[in-house]
Amino acid sequence: MLTLLLILFPFLTALLLMSFSDKMARPIALGSAVIELILACFTLFTLQNGQTGLLGLNYTWSSSLGISFSIAIDGISMLMILIASLVMPLVIYFSFNKQYNNPRLLYALMMVMQSAMIGVFCAADGFLFYIFWEIALIPIYFICLMWGGENRQRITFKFFIYTLLGSLFMLLALIYVYLQSPERSFDIQVLYAAGRNMSVIEQGWVMGAFFLAFAVKMPVFPFHTWQPDTYYTAPTAGVIMLSGIMSKMATYGLIRWVLPMVPQGVFEYGHIPIILSVISIIYASCISIIQKDFKYLIAYASIAHLGLISAGILSANTQSLQGALIEMLSHAVNTVGLFVVYDIIVKRTGTSEMSRLGGLRAIDSSFAFMFFIIVLSVVALPFTSGFVGEFLLILGLFKNSPVLGSIAGLSIILGVVYMFRSFQTMMLGPTSPSMLGLPKLNIREKSTLFIVVILIIVFGVYPKPILAITENTIKTLLEGIQ
Amino acid sequence: MKELLLLSGLGVLALVSGLLNLRKIMMPLVLTGLLANIGFCIYDWNSNELVYNMLMMDNFALAFSIIFSATAFLWFISAKDYFADDNNFSDHYALVLFTLTGGLLLVSFTNMVMLFLGIEILSIPLFVLVGSHKTKLRSNEAAFKYFLLGSFASAFMLFGITLIYGITGSFNTQAIAVFLSQAGTVHALVFAGMLCILMSLAFKVSAAPFHFWAPDVYQGAPTHITAYMSTVVKTVAFAAFFRVFQTSFGAMQEDYMLALAIMSAVTLLVSNITAAVQENVKRMLAYSSISHAGFMLITVLTIRTHSAGILLYYAMVYSISSICAFAVLKQVKIHSGGREMISTFKGLLVRNKLMAFSMSLALLSMSGIPPLAGFMAKYMVFVAAINNDYLWLAVVGVIASLIAVFYYFKIIIVMFGNTPDDIDNSTIILPAHIRIVLVICCIGMLLLAVMPDILLTIL
Repeated sequence: MLTLLLILFPFLTALLLMSFSDKMARPIALGSAVIELILACFTLFTLQNGQTGLLGLNYTWSSSLGISFSIAIDGISMLMILIASLVMPLVIYFSFNKQYNNPRLLYALMMVMQSAMIGVFCAADGFLFYIFWEIALIPIYFICLMWGGENRQRITFKFFIYTLLGSLFMLLALIYVYLQSPERSFDIQVLYAAGRNMSVIEQGWVMGAFFLAFAVKMPVFPFHTWQPDTYYTAPTAGVIMLSGIMSKMATYGLIRWVLPMVPQGVFEYGHIPIILSVISIIYASCISIIQKDFKYLIAYASIAHLGLISAGILSANTQSLQGALIEMLSHAVNTVGLFVVYDIIVKRTGTSEMSRLGGLRAIDSSFAFMFFIIVLSVVALPFTSGFVGEFLLILGLFKNSPVLGSIAGLSIILGVVYMFRSFQTMMLGPTSPSMLGLPKLNIREKSTLFIVVILIIVFGVYPKPILAITENTIKTLLEGIQ
Repeated sequence: MKELLLLSGLGVLALVSGLLNLRKIMMPLVLTGLLANIGFCIYDWNSNELVYNMLMMDNFALAFSIIFSATAFLWFISAKDYFADDNNFSDHYALVLFTLTGGLLLVSFTNMVMLFLGIEILSIPLFVLVGSHKTKLRSNEAAFKYFLLGSFASAFMLFGITLIYGITGSFNTQAIAVFLSQAGTVHALVFAGMLCILMSLAFKVSAAPFHFWAPDVYQGAPTHITAYMSTVVKTVAFAAFFRVFQTSFGAMQEDYMLALAIMSAVTLLVSNITAAVQENVKRMLAYSSISHAGFMLITVLTIRTHSAGILLYYAMVYSISSICAFAVLKQVKIHSGGREMISTFKGLLVRNKLMAFSMSLALLSMSGIPPLAGFMAKYMVFVAAINNDYLWLAVVGVIASLIAVFYYFKIIIVMFGNTPDDIDNSTIILPAHIRIVLVICCIGMLLLAVMPDILLTIL
């Protein structure tokens, strides 16, 4: 029941938002996001007390099609829900900084999206997973279409077609596995059993189809071409949700569906997607280095980090999986931080082209300081959240394949290059006269960045409670596929 | 029997309604009649009533009667202004009601003669209805084209029935089935007859390569009649298609499967690719209607696995979405000086929220995006195809759906992504009856997705 509440609550808020005036939109949205976070924390306690009976729900949707509305929460789902419900209040709180027109609709769409994403993280039925997966796409499409920047019609449409194409392959693979199951059911355990009974080649194909859908969403080279433009044109609130939470749907999908369903396929053919992911890391990092625009730089950096996560997950060992989960959390927090910084700069200077910026530390010394900590976390310096994740990921990948692990390790060095370079050009150096006298950070901007920085440091210094959430689940998962 | 008397009685009453001065109460009367028809069908459920050995009110017939009556019910409400014309309202009512009578014959026939009569009773009023914008050239052209080609199709059907009769010695669908399943080698004329019937039915459901009339006729006909043709008429034509191949030609599946499979693949590809380059929304919806015929043809192909429920579900979902889309199109047309191009929809969100919202739901449903019912319908068709070893057809279907997303989203993009032009920024105020139809359609599209079993499992 608690799980259902987690999914339904944002959705109901969306309905509530539409029935109130525009003036009430902000408090209702923020209130609901905070309540959702409290609910998520409460769920975490319930889970850790072992009262899992409260968390599962199984209701037959269509017996003739073998579909049920079946949801459950384990450690991995829990962490993902925490990420989603942690990012949302921050996004909504920070979005008050800007006057969006038609705010009711914007926040309602964001709420629907949160609802669908939490649904993705809880679904214990293949069909339900697919449905939530697609529902999540519709609100973000409309957010980008209605509140995006120039050329948004063409760019968002490309984004939509790309992701839809990917997920249709996933649907075909799901149907294929479903037709292999003797019970003709989409239940997660039935699909696992059916998938494991397939021949290695079949498993490889199913893995390929799933990976295609996930690779578009994350994105991984060469399916990333929609991403930089979409990130560039999307409104800040939308892009944080896209990169902070939505890309995690794909990495979560790898852990939840691909690893346990077709383990043989992953062991036999997993090197192909791993190599793609590693190429993705190096390629995106290199492109990041030559970017002139800060937002494009963040977009490519995001590809690099998700490539590392994807490679780690497919390596399928304890370290890499733990690392992947921590890195997902850390990436979500870093993303919020980076895009907030971007928004602050653009709001003041009207540009994100780095060569035209310089000496922005003059805006506010605390801004420069907090931005620097975020940069440190992105380049995975010890005692920041980025470090724990990347260290474990590279360790896990190294155990799988020393060569690939070493190549992926380059990402840290390359990360230092592009992040420090951007920090240097934008924040340091002589302050040009046009950059003088820019307004200081207001309390909203400052507090959002402050929360981000606190989270980065807390997760970096003391990651143990986070690791503890997922530890047992990962252990059972790995035992299951060995 | 009750259903037939009710619908034809209503039609005759409508014919004389001008004389009897029933103008005001005709609409409520028709709506009540349709509800009564649904009631009769539910009452007759499982009765398998045989009407003079010509019709059989089995569950298949009753289920399709229910959904075409329900669709017609929604359509009548949305097309209220079509019947507002002073001089012709009784003709319009009567003609539409006669097509419904024809539809009833088509879903319930057990005799080939009834199949032919049903097609004729359905078609002849339609020729008139298509041309009912008497002063418009396009409407006249459409009616003439439809009439000429439709007559050919009817002739083919008659020819086919005759050939089958010549070999089997019977018009009765069951008797034909028994003869065909017992005959060791089948006479070549049976194939010829079956092919003729297949062609004429493919013409009626506008499946490629017999679809060339559809875009012109749909575009030329009054918008309400286009909506009617692409929903009610399509539903009953498919029911007839399914029925004749399920009963009479059940034993000959091996012989027609490949032809049908190729037909549906061609229909899917040709219609979607052509639709993608259309700028006129009405013409685009016509091509979209053809493409959905391609999907529904797959259910005929998978008869072996009892796909009648899937056809029922698909037809209902498509009808609801279509009624919704055409109702919005008609209103946009009224408020934009009769234009029906994609650009006419610019900034519809600002002009009227309900219209933009329901139009996008309808388009999302037709393009098969979850969680709308259109997705469930397409999904079931794909599963049925894969289950019958037509994986390639499912892949073609997936590609077709993707192309479809391309053109449906053109409208969504201009509705939401643009601000209205200077000339067109007046807000649109919808009449109450249109609002009711749109809300019912939206609820229907969501509800059918949540509870697919209510239609799927009754057959």
